[in-house]
Amino acid sequence: MGAVKQRYEVPSDDFTRAGEASGKVKALLKQLGFNPDVIRRVSIAMYEAEINMVIHANGGHAEVTVSPDKIELLLQDTGPGIADIEQAMQEGYSTAPDDVRALGFGAGMGLPNIKKYTDDMHIESQLGVGTKIYMTVCAKSSMNPS
Amino acid sequence: MRKFLHSVTLEEEKCKGCTNCIKRCPTQAIRVRDGKARIISERCIDCGECIRVCPHHAKRAVTDGLDMMERFQYTVALPAPTLYGQFNNLADIDFVLTGLLDIGFDDVFEVSRAAEIVSDASRHLIREGKLSTPIISSACPAMVRLIRVKFPGLCDKVLPLVAPMHLAAGMARAEAKEKTGLESDDIGVFFITPCPAKMTDVIQPIGPLRSHVDGVFSIAEIYPRLLEKMNKITSARPLAKSGIIGVSWANSGGEASALIREKYLAADGIENVIEVLEELEDDRLGGLDFIELNACHGGCVGGVLTVENPYVAKARIQQLRKYLPVSLNRLESISISSLKWKEALEYTGVMRLSDDVQTAMQMMSEITQLEERLPSLDCGSCGAPSCRALAEDIVTGHHARLNDCIFILRQEASVAGIEISTHLETNLEEESK
Repeated sequence: MGAVKQRYEVPSDDFTRAGEASGKVKALLKQLGFNPDVIRRVSIAMYEAEINMVIHANGGHAEVTVSPDKIELLLQDTGPGIADIEQAMQEGYSTAPDDVRALGFGAGMGLPNIKKYTDDMHIESQLGVGTKIYMTVCAKSSMNPS
Repeated sequence: MRKFLHSVTLEEEKCKGCTNCIKRCPTQAIRVRDGKARIISERCIDCGECIRVCPHHAKRAVTDGLDMMERFQYTVALPAPTLYGQFNNLADIDFVLTGLLDIGFDDVFEVSRAAEIVSDASRHLIREGKLSTPIISSACPAMVRLIRVKFPGLCDKVLPLVAPMHLAAGMARAEAKEKTGLESDDIGVFFITPCPAKMTDVIQPIGPLRSHVDGVFSIAEIYPRLLEKMNKITSARPLAKSGIIGVSWANSGGEASALIREKYLAADGIENVIEVLEELEDDRLGGLDFIELNACHGGCVGGVLTVENPYVAKARIQQLRKYLPVSLNRLESISISSLKWKEALEYTGVMRLSDDVQTAMQMMSEITQLEERLPSLDCGSCGAPSCRALAEDIVTGHHARLNDCIFILRQEASVAGIEISTHLETNLEEESK
């Protein structure tokens, strides 16, 4: 049984397009008939990663691989990179600029939320080169207790 | 003189002629005459404060009855995003939109979609640098009217773009015509409003030459019907097409934050807005790109025709917008010039004493002299909101007399009483001689 693969560009020059790719993935998963809880977890995780990519890295791209038992996401950018991943994973820590905080962003919960909603998460980052976030949500399991 | 139409009426039997509304009106547009409140039409800005404050519920907003839908073959609902914050435990905006179809509308067009387009156009205009900063928002009809009544120097700072309601109506009508092939007269486009000011803006728009809205329904009136239908929905249709920006317009600060710039100010509540405008007029508000003004506390969620507490609704809007894409609608094929106002905003001059400065100065000195004879209590018993207002009314010839003031009347009566008793005493003395 094959997997469905999709690639989405997350634009670099228009903040108002942030969140569109996640919206498309949500629609895709609904059409494929996944469990609503799974769809919700994937949507939120991808949304947080996509917004991070727009706010901090000036866009990038997302690769989504959908298999019957799991959904894998890779969000990749050529942004500034994360200096201290452990610090970035702390709840409340944010380097978001002020102009997007008014829209509700910058609470510092993005990466912690991704960890909460996914079954597996892995960040690779190099300063001055870029960042990759790998996320996996299993289709049969319930929410990760940690 | 252009006629000024308004959406506030008085139920005369309920009006007790008290002083609550006259004291609260921000443009001193109300007087009590013959025991009933009367609104001076040129001064009214449709802010709805008198409706809010009347303890006898005599002041009412005029909106269209829901039976107006029957006049049209095809009806489209234009919900203001404020509507989404009125419902408890609402997980998804689609429930509200599906509910609107269930109560009888043929189609729904979210005003928040048009709001995102207006935000896009605003960002363009600011980037082009053609407007002088700070730019003042123009979506709140009461605020636009407040500026043209009380702040002449600021008229040219108002953002000259149509409000989302008008754009939504135009787009909804065009879409409906294409979808159904019907004539425009057979299509009914209805705005679901949080306030009466939007009703006035449909009847007598500022900006567009005419409105594409056919009727305006109040949120309070539609709410019970809508809730009943929403409670029965088993699966909501995927109708919602707006993002964070569009939905946030319901809250104070939503329009401003959509510009993605830091240097903005968002004020809500009439008394606060007036303070901000006074400072702006005196050039004391430097360094701002945009000033968002809302007549109602909390923004449109605080409109007088809503059913929920503004801050509860505001919190719900914050929740509903989480995880929405930032914006789903942009200008695309719509040109900015089609969104621009056809006429510039002009000061109405209704607060001027006279068009001639010399005459005005003469009147001013008469007013000041009269004011000195009044007790400075601003009690409102004369029917005017303040002693100064009474003095102005007398001098400008607005059906007022000095002894409308009960303290003056009491003085006069007491003087008359002394004269009578002196006269009687003198007569008695004479008779007894």
